[in-house]
Amino acid sequence: MHATSFTDQHIESSTLMNRAKERGRGIMRVILSNPKIAVGVGSVVFFVLLSTVGTLLIPYPPDATVVRGSLPPSAAHPLGTTGLGQDILAQIAYGTRISLTTGLIAAAGSTALQIIFGLSAAYFGGLVDELLTLVINVFLVLPGLPLAIVLASLANTGSSRSEFVLAVILLFTSWSYGARVLRAQTLSLKEREFVTAARATGETALRVIFMEILPNEIALVASTFIGTFVYAVGAQVGLDFLGLGDVSHASWGELLFWAQSNGALIVGKWWQFVPAGLCVAILCAGLTFINFGIDELANPRLRSERPLRKLMASHKKLLPPKKENDKVLV
Amino acid sequence: MRFLLRRTGFYLIAFWAAITLNFIIPRLMPGDPADAYIAKLQGQALSRAQLAAIRAEFGVNPDIPLWQQYFNYLSGMLHGNMGIATSQFPTPVLTILQESLPWTIGLVGVAVILSFLIGTLIGMVTAWRRGSWYDTALPPILTFLSAAPYFWMALGLVYVFAVGLSWFPTDSGYDVFSVTPGWNADFIASVVQHAILPVATLVIGSLAGWVLTMRNTMITTLTEDYVLMAEAKGLSERRVMFNYAARNAILPSITSFSISLGLVVSGSLLTEIVFNYPGIGFALYKGVQGNDYALIEGCFLVIAVAVLLANFLSELLYALLDPRVRQGRS
Repeated sequence: MHATSFTDQHIESSTLMNRAKERGRGIMRVILSNPKIAVGVGSVVFFVLLSTVGTLLIPYPPDATVVRGSLPPSAAHPLGTTGLGQDILAQIAYGTRISLTTGLIAAAGSTALQIIFGLSAAYFGGLVDELLTLVINVFLVLPGLPLAIVLASLANTGSSRSEFVLAVILLFTSWSYGARVLRAQTLSLKEREFVTAARATGETALRVIFMEILPNEIALVASTFIGTFVYAVGAQVGLDFLGLGDVSHASWGELLFWAQSNGALIVGKWWQFVPAGLCVAILCAGLTFINFGIDELANPRLRSERPLRKLMASHKKLLPPKKENDKVLV
Repeated sequence: MRFLLRRTGFYLIAFWAAITLNFIIPRLMPGDPADAYIAKLQGQALSRAQLAAIRAEFGVNPDIPLWQQYFNYLSGMLHGNMGIATSQFPTPVLTILQESLPWTIGLVGVAVILSFLIGTLIGMVTAWRRGSWYDTALPPILTFLSAAPYFWMALGLVYVFAVGLSWFPTDSGYDVFSVTPGWNADFIASVVQHAILPVATLVIGSLAGWVLTMRNTMITTLTEDYVLMAEAKGLSERRVMFNYAARNAILPSITSFSISLGLVVSGSLLTEIVFNYPGIGFALYKGVQGNDYALIEGCFLVIAVAVLLANFLSELLYALLDPRVRQGRS
């Protein structure tokens, strides 16, 4: 009895592990099958590595003066140095950390707000919907970045400037669009049979919303999460560039802020502003590509048409060999 | 008519929300504008009466109850009294905004119209020629350009075309030394010459949105029966593309106008800083630099009102184009 239950358990755990492995392979296959997702995931992985392993490998601290004055790129400083003699590569690597955590905090919080507003508006309907939709739409038409600038200029005064505060501000100014998208999707989902069935069996509203409806919108949630992440990274760099960030810490936006205020452009020090902006562009474009890939997986019409020959080749595998067919027919 | 009333009501509520946010935010944040201003006057011995006068000027006198402060604030707003810009004492905020707004509206207006026309046209052609080289190459390139921060692209354009090649001026809205503002040919020519790089920045940055929206809707439209019918009738390719496919695909582009406008306005604020362009963005920058809350808030309010008005107009246009909206059906 004891022995059999042990082997049963053992077998169960090993099949679970296999299943997990298969699922992992499945995810890898999805990533590799769509070139857009592959490129996007590649760029995200690059920046994650840069902000973790990269910071360990770069021999210079980001905020300390290591040479006198600004040097163009060289072997010792691959991206050159700033006006204060800080190593730009080190600043970029540490800045990646700030950009990624800001994006993560803002996107996670904003997605939570989107789900709460969007799903409950659509699910409860009636007056609740009217009110929540009004709030969503008002925030949608109010320009987000100017509002964030007002908040940041008041919150980040004097010595209390912090990147975390900026992330929270971006969270509150970026949720409306996703909420509207999720509300629209929930409106159509809540009429489906499985939702009616769940309600008929007496499930609570909370359970129906989170266990029945939400899992069916996960692709949409992922896509608005990525969209918010992109917005937050860009907006944070913008706020830093305005001088609303933590001026004492290296970040992508601070690099651009100092390049602009030191007049790096006019004297031709291109290396002081090119890398930071390029990083924003590569990271955000990569994330956007992941979103396009998700769209394509969901809506096959958007996929670019595969060359006919490739299509034929893949069909041949599925069909029985032609010659044998002919023989049978003859 | 019902539609018109409903939308007017909504925008009035949004307008009220913007004004109220402007009132609430500084009072929710740690410290208040008066404190910050007093901190700026550090070193000067201020009497009790002077402190009270400063507090009264900012409308944050603790002796007045909050609701009365709110009504004072509202009536002040309706009379165009937005306080005094402490960073440019004693210029009223309203005067600065009146001088800056036309520049930003001109810049954003021209950029949005150009970007919409060019982007929609490119989207149309890429969808029509599915799988051609430009359909494969353009969307990723444009996505990359739109992922880069606007102001970074502005820095690049200044570096190449203004500093390097000296084709265009590096900063300001017109040549302050050689022309006098007014309706004369020299002034207008100078304004146009100074606007080319900022407008180019905004157009390049916002192009991708229009291209991709148009391309994706048009691809769906192209599979419709009426397009096939038009082709079967032997209509010219051009006629099918413009009058049958594009005409029916253009509505979603107009719906996304509101979101795109918010982004372009935000982008324009930061772009103006790079070019020292005398618009709202530059006023905002000066406000941030000088911890001038009255000016920052005034900028936010005027931007919000401009965006609300533009959205309202775009909705009216949409209703004009799509009779289903007018009649309240979806």
